[in-house]
Amino acid sequence: MNDVLDNLDVFLRGFRTTVSLTLLAAIGALILGTLIAAMRVSPVPPLRWAGATYVRLVRNTPLTVVFFLVVFGLPEVDVKLSFFRFALLALTVYTAAFVAEAVRSGINSVPAGQAEASRSIGMTFSQTLRLVVLPQAFANIVPPLASVFIALLKNTSIASAFFIFEGIQAMNQLIQKFGDSVLPIIAATAVGYLVLALLSAFLFGLLERAVSAGR
Amino acid sequence: MSTPTAATPSPLVVLSSVNKHFGALHVLKDVDLTVDRGEVVVVLGPSGSGKSTLCRTINRLETIDSGTITIDGRPVPAEGKELAQLRAKVGMVFQSFNLFAHKTALENVLLGPVKVKGIKRGAAETRGRELLTRVGIAAQADKDPAQLSGGQQQRVAIARALAMDPMVMLFDEPTSALDPEMINEVLDVMTSLAKSGMTMIVVTHEMGFARRAADRVVFMDEGRIVEQAEPEKFFTAPESARTQDFLSKILTH
Repeated sequence: MNDVLDNLDVFLRGFRTTVSLTLLAAIGALILGTLIAAMRVSPVPPLRWAGATYVRLVRNTPLTVVFFLVVFGLPEVDVKLSFFRFALLALTVYTAAFVAEAVRSGINSVPAGQAEASRSIGMTFSQTLRLVVLPQAFANIVPPLASVFIALLKNTSIASAFFIFEGIQAMNQLIQKFGDSVLPIIAATAVGYLVLALLSAFLFGLLERAVSAGR
Repeated sequence: MSTPTAATPSPLVVLSSVNKHFGALHVLKDVDLTVDRGEVVVVLGPSGSGKSTLCRTINRLETIDSGTITIDGRPVPAEGKELAQLRAKVGMVFQSFNLFAHKTALENVLLGPVKVKGIKRGAAETRGRELLTRVGIAAQADKDPAQLSGGQQQRVAIARALAMDPMVMLFDEPTSALDPEMINEVLDVMTSLAKSGMTMIVVTHEMGFARRAADRVVFMDEGRIVEQAEPEKFFTAPESARTQDFLSKILTH
């Protein structure tokens, strides 16, 4: 137990990276995922196809494989980034597929007449989406997004296998050093993820209440 | 020198040989229809006759399989910016109102002028309040659609369409979803709009409105235009057996 308490700074350093990977990938995935969802409902068939194909490919590939493709594939085409940025990219690309599905289901929950009325007054597809459909879809997007982002938080642990010092690497390092305290160290790591996940759920809960009160 | 008057017909909406299928169902069969500037055309017909679909093809909410539709001499463009620009000039009123649920009555009326026409908010608001006054909703301007009755919502929807200064107004069964006591408040607004010279295409079951406000009645059945005539002639001396049958069923009560 003392081995855990004496090394809280190692955990903090690791989980700080877990948090920044999660937050940055969440922002990236939210932007990319919303664009893909927009493609999937667009009136242009090739865009719809491209969006659907992205989701189909990425969602059905293990995240570890996405990491390998990014880390070993991109240098082949002369894209050389830090491991942190590679990890961020892999997490963003992967999570975007799930965000896209959450956003699309939210869009589909808005009655079709809203978009028809919007188009009828001359709004373009993107205006219709931005000004009429997405604001109404938002309340239905927040709950599934909470699950997506909590999954993302835990998925950042894959980065530990690609030279990123995050929560799992902190755990590994401490296990190597303090072989007698393996279980307390693992338990402390689990608590770290649990606290972060519960905090995310709490914040999403607040957001959910705020958007449903606005209706 | 001759000046154009209301008596000089000038076609605004022209459909020629329009065909449309929903899967195996042939919903519009070689439909030809010309609506002149300032004319009020009421489209009647039994459910499933294709009249709503006809209305919705004019601003391309429904695509057509063959034939042409022109508005003000220009073919209705395919999907894209040009289509949006055309739709801005074609007002549409729906059976289910479709007011933007997240915006107040006034904001519903302002959205098009501000975002599509680029009118400054202040000027748009002055005009928007005038339009809400015209349809008798001024006192409800800041309410959400859910707080309004069906009749009030539909009048806001009419004001929203008018705010774009349309060349033509399409009404797709505007009173079919209303409680009986609210139908007249909407028809009154439509009647005064017709008298003001607005070009209107109205799909409805309201025979009283057709008699009172229409310049011409078009009767559709099974995807075809069966008969068209001035209201007086249409209701008193219909030519086709199908029209006579339809009228006998609805006018006996």
